[in-house]
Amino acid sequence: MTSTQRQPTQSQPAQGQPTQSRVQDAAQRSVGTASPRIEAWDKVTGRAPYAVDHPVPGAAYAWVVQSTVARGVVVDVDTSRALAEDGVLGVLWHGNAQRLESVGDPELMVLQSARIAYRGQVVAVVVATSPEAARAGADLVRVREDGMTSDTVLRIDHPALYQPVQVNAGYPARSAIGDVDAGLAAAAVRVDATYRTPAEHHCAMEPHATTAFWERGCLVVFDGTQASTAVSETLAGLFELPPQSVRVINEHVGGGFGSKGGPKPNVVLAAMAARLVGRPVKLALTRQQLFAVAGYRTPTIQRVRLGAATNGRLLAIGHDAVSQTSQLSEFVEQSAVLSRHMYAAPNRLTTHRVVALDVPTPVWMRAPGECPGSFALESAIDELASAGNWDPVRLRIDNEPAVHPEEQIPFSSRHLVQCLQEGAERFGWTDASGRVVRDPRPAVRRDGEWLVGTGVAASTYPSLTWPSTALARATADQRFDVEVNAADIGTGARTVLRQIAADALDVPIAYVEITVGDSAIGPATVAGGSMGTASWGWAVTKACRLLRERIERDHGGRVPTGGVAVRADTTLEIRDRPEFSRHAYGAQFCQARVSTMTGEVRVDRLLGVFAAGRIVNPTTARSQFIGGMTMGLSGALLERSVLDSRTGDFVTGDLAAYHVAVSADVPRIEVAWLDEQDPHLNPMGVKGIGEIGIVGTAAAVANAVHHATGIRVRDLPIGLAQMIGKLH
Amino acid sequence: MRVNLTVNGEARQADDVWPGESLLYVLRERLGLPGAKNACEQGECGSCTVYLDGTPVCACLVAAGQAEHRDVRTVEGLPGPDGLDPVQQAFLSAGAVQCGFCTPGLVVAVHDLLARNPTPSDPDIREALAGNLCRCTGYENIVAAVKLAAGA
Repeated sequence: MTSTQRQPTQSQPAQGQPTQSRVQDAAQRSVGTASPRIEAWDKVTGRAPYAVDHPVPGAAYAWVVQSTVARGVVVDVDTSRALAEDGVLGVLWHGNAQRLESVGDPELMVLQSARIAYRGQVVAVVVATSPEAARAGADLVRVREDGMTSDTVLRIDHPALYQPVQVNAGYPARSAIGDVDAGLAAAAVRVDATYRTPAEHHCAMEPHATTAFWERGCLVVFDGTQASTAVSETLAGLFELPPQSVRVINEHVGGGFGSKGGPKPNVVLAAMAARLVGRPVKLALTRQQLFAVAGYRTPTIQRVRLGAATNGRLLAIGHDAVSQTSQLSEFVEQSAVLSRHMYAAPNRLTTHRVVALDVPTPVWMRAPGECPGSFALESAIDELASAGNWDPVRLRIDNEPAVHPEEQIPFSSRHLVQCLQEGAERFGWTDASGRVVRDPRPAVRRDGEWLVGTGVAASTYPSLTWPSTALARATADQRFDVEVNAADIGTGARTVLRQIAADALDVPIAYVEITVGDSAIGPATVAGGSMGTASWGWAVTKACRLLRERIERDHGGRVPTGGVAVRADTTLEIRDRPEFSRHAYGAQFCQARVSTMTGEVRVDRLLGVFAAGRIVNPTTARSQFIGGMTMGLSGALLERSVLDSRTGDFVTGDLAAYHVAVSADVPRIEVAWLDEQDPHLNPMGVKGIGEIGIVGTAAAVANAVHHATGIRVRDLPIGLAQMIGKLH
Repeated sequence: MRVNLTVNGEARQADDVWPGESLLYVLRERLGLPGAKNACEQGECGSCTVYLDGTPVCACLVAAGQAEHRDVRTVEGLPGPDGLDPVQQAFLSAGAVQCGFCTPGLVVAVHDLLARNPTPSDPDIREALAGNLCRCTGYENIVAAVKLAAGA
């Protein structure tokens, strides 16, 4: 064991004591403690303003009209009846909308042409004095569409599949080492299986919404976004404005999960509408409208081939992923990328292919790539364990790589083995001496009508960091204001950044005010990629340390009457970091039961053990892990967006048809983390925790269902259809 | 039309109400009470839960006219003269708040649950709150908050 202590420091922080002194730096007092969420009071009293909650005098309301064909052109838009409706102020469509300057994202070129690239694309916007009048007006807009034959179904044999140059996050589409076919041929035990994951929708509780107004040539926007810097830069480009003329405020955001990771059509449309009617405009998409407009996780089809020697050592790993994109832009889910570093093997091949269909463009959704990819890889590892009669925990441990197996660079830290061992013991998979006590036989444990089983899967997510800026200001009365354009989408970013600032300033947290969620603060990166705390926290730390230095050096340790302010930018530090493979790792254990009477699948128990660097706040961190695992459980058992191939429409387009886990679906979820010290990350030593919780959950559930029933499900979600008629 | 109703103990009027408007819209846009949230507009998510004559309802499913001469209590009206309601306090203490968009509806739903059942079991809680969707927390800390409030 390296720097990691075996014993997780904190598994039940909400009920337990605050974390002990895991932080060795004496100056760090706040990091590691369960500092309460700063804005929680505003949220429990209903006073926290979201994008369309701000009181804006004279606001008008916008309502979108969507295409009803998946491919075609808008021939004509008749707005006369809508304009005659009481309260309607104007109607925008491509015939009268202002021209936008392209910024490279065709999804944002709203109302710029007659082309329809997917069903549900916005083809007109009605602005009125009330949302009800706008909605009534939208019903009266007559859009004549010329629909053409459309192609909306992802198939593994689709003739238009191609290998892109790159996949998301800039990874190469293909990697090859050795000879996979030769490795498979030499293997004593093989798996060759194809897994399917469905389209999924984020369903953040706050629908995408914007309030926009123009003031003396400047555009001010309240937008429910994960990235107000990116939104402001994009709006400046689209409307050809100087960057400082656009301000985007996202003080509170009702969840995102990737769907708000960049500007969406709603913010552009609201700005156009506000300019049209010369007054502020609120545009709140309805839940149903979101399903086409706000993005989704692509469905995937993934073939995994594994071959192992008689001792369980992998000789070959092959992972071929297929996904879809739209006709508007190329989006390639990086589903096979995790197979490049999870396990050691001399022969390796990963490929990605994509096909452009007449569908909305997929977007990032919590752990893009790793989430669907881990279902395939971690199911296949379980299949290999069954085929070779190996314990699935042991099999993973036996294939632990010493360095990144494809890039041959060191891991900054990697404690997957310890997560597996710790989890196995806590779960009762092994006894205190590490001996496996789980009966590997499938379909032999009965509890009345139920068959019961357990499964395991590994988790991983990259530890990314992106340049950001922050501002730190000291006042003469010994208070500190710290500003960074983070987005707190429910993660607790505001709270942990204040903790980080307090420690960097070496003052108690009560002396620090933190401000986030406003592009006017200065550029900062998106709340996405699990990199917020690392990226914003680095800028905050740098600004606070520079501030302290300046107070000491220039002012003899006393803050002058006018105060002192420092702005920091981390671009250079991040660019100059040495090369490491930086990832968080984890292990998830599941107990599932399947009714032999009804085929119902229930999860009894989920345990996740993670090694994700330093944990800044055990309360918010635990919530992030549990929330991720719950979304993983939801994806395993419930979530599937069904696209009607005839119309190109998501027919599961509301929360009645698209099921997400409710409280009654979720068992008690246990979370623990290792005390991982990693000096190669950032000044705080954090890895990011927003996404890893969802990675591997579905495989852990599917593996438990197999152990319970003997039925191997390779097509999510796991439901009655795969059980009925096969249970005995 | 004009709608007369009592909101959080105060007599209120909303003018020029379109007959098709929801109570949710009246509260949010006409009476300056944006606490109740609109997340599905068809009664699936519980984010707009308010009391109507003491019964929790989805305000998005109540027509404005149905609230005439009735008593509405929203999350904004839960705190007493001494500060937060124990349910709100429990949400803070248990760390049951994340993005916060489901929170106002959940706080009202929990308030109602505890009024009906002061000592709910785990399954009672999970069943009672199954109509209030949360996408962030995994419900774990919300269940903890209910237990905390029940013990308060």
